[in-house]
Amino acid sequence: MSPDSGAISRDEVAHLARLARLAVTDDELDTFAGQLDVILGSVARVGEVAAEDIPPTSHAVPLENVFRPDELRPGLTQEQALAGAPAAEDGRFRVPRILGEEQ
Amino acid sequence: MSDLIRLSAAELAERIAAKEVSAVEAAQAHLDRIAEVDGAVHAFLHVGTEAALASAALVDEQIAAGQRVSALAGVPLALKDVFTTSDMPTTCGSKILEGWRPPYDATVTTRLRAAGITILGKTNMDEFAMGSSTEHSAYGPTRNPWDLSRIPGGSGGGSAAALAAFEAPLAIGTDTGGSIRQPAAVTGTVGVKPTYGGVSRYGLVACASSLDQGGPCARTVLDAALLHEVIGGHDPLDSTSIDAPVPSVVEAARLGASGDLSGLRVGVVKELGGEGYQPGVRASFDEGLQRLEKLGAEIVEVSCPHFEYGMAAYYLILPSEVSSNLARFDAMRYGLRVQEGASAEEVMALTREAGFGPEVKRRIILGTYALSSGYYDAYYGQAQKVRTLISRDFAAAFAKADVLVSPTAPTTAFPIGEKVDDPLAMYLNDLATIPTNLAGVAGMSVPSGLAAEDGLPVGLQIMAPALGEAVMYRVGAAFEASRVADEGLLIAPEVAK
Repeated sequence: MSPDSGAISRDEVAHLARLARLAVTDDELDTFAGQLDVILGSVARVGEVAAEDIPPTSHAVPLENVFRPDELRPGLTQEQALAGAPAAEDGRFRVPRILGEEQ
Repeated sequence: MSDLIRLSAAELAERIAAKEVSAVEAAQAHLDRIAEVDGAVHAFLHVGTEAALASAALVDEQIAAGQRVSALAGVPLALKDVFTTSDMPTTCGSKILEGWRPPYDATVTTRLRAAGITILGKTNMDEFAMGSSTEHSAYGPTRNPWDLSRIPGGSGGGSAAALAAFEAPLAIGTDTGGSIRQPAAVTGTVGVKPTYGGVSRYGLVACASSLDQGGPCARTVLDAALLHEVIGGHDPLDSTSIDAPVPSVVEAARLGASGDLSGLRVGVVKELGGEGYQPGVRASFDEGLQRLEKLGAEIVEVSCPHFEYGMAAYYLILPSEVSSNLARFDAMRYGLRVQEGASAEEVMALTREAGFGPEVKRRIILGTYALSSGYYDAYYGQAQKVRTLISRDFAAAFAKADVLVSPTAPTTAFPIGEKVDDPLAMYLNDLATIPTNLAGVAGMSVPSGLAAEDGLPVGLQIMAPALGEAVMYRVGAAFEASRVADEGLLIAPEVAK
């Protein structure tokens, strides 16, 4: 679908939510689909600007890479780094199963 | 009401340094005020009473020992809850970070502490700084002290309301598309968005990294300038921090207060201020122009033809950066986690569903869309080109004028609930403030009076080139001095408890 056709479907919103790891509800899908359709219709106006030869700006202030000497500096302790973890074990982050049963 | 809470930060600091008032008394007066009115205003998400009093006591000790203290030592401040604080929770107005204690201080927090400024607590905000009304906070809205049924602006509504309700003389905000300036406008306070890179983003929880900028909020231009010099300046911990001296904004504000703007060219941006602006906002702006002219400034009209595409470009660039930045909230290392026992991917999706509010989800989905292959060139890529054109518009306008002006926001404070279910209507609040963020230039809002039809505050936006803060503060201070001499400070009615 080209952006010109405007509409974003409920199914598309569901797909995007999956990509973004958001387990949205059916009610939210209904609401968001309508709202995003209106918002996209409005932001699509950027397409009206003739800008073919214009370079894109990702950052307003031109910056070069910043380097620092590779020296040892104090950082967070293991205890500090784990202090906000939902679960920790043996000095490590305890995370849920990453691979599926069948994998 | 204690007289101490009515003082400006500059006045309060002088009295503390002269030992007429102790820093502890100043802190206590503001803590009492918070206890008295914040139930109604809800500017604060967390008040750090003990830490505030301890910090103030340290300043008193230093002064008693004859040590040199900073220009704002002992002055209380309200910190937007988007800066990390190792001794207080940092929630960003989100359930996903409820109760989170960061293991480190933001550079802004560190600099405030080093200056002996008393951090009273953390202020309410739209979740992850996405919103223009503070209604998108997961912890309930902040109310505008001018009318408790109305919004205090956003996303930094808590910081602005704290100033207007005399809960603090200083506050810190962040401005991604207007989140310092629009709340300042609708609460009758002063708010400054510095040049991009002028204030460190280290420890500022990211919304849109190429647009986010922390800055000072206060009730007077001089107070904002004093705070600006505390928090501004190069920080090696932020790779986008500008390695240049902080502009001399305090000197500029003092110079400006003498009220002479002769020889200065003030550009009126033709594209900001026409259709969609409330009549009282328009009228206050026109009066403001006459005032600037009376002060000796030459008013010139400038055209920035691509500004009308600013909002469209912004609402593609911002959600794109948001969708990437907020991927860090994955329920693995800190913050909320729900549904133990499921797979990591399910835990992530369910946690983000439970922890994020509707506006954050909308923007994540929108950004994911704009960055999708097939749409990237038409949306994100094109928006970045429009961003270039907006920067060029600014460059051309600044060739004709030293500063640019516009109304800060199209309307005065609107009723709570009015726009919360209409995202596009909410986005229009930032029409006039967004271009400065896209171009990385500086902007501020100073009170310009009250709108005739509703008696609510209106703000004048002053914009200056990158690192041109000195001239911006000079104009702001001159405008303020002249307006206050004629009409007095804008003081919100006493909060009904």
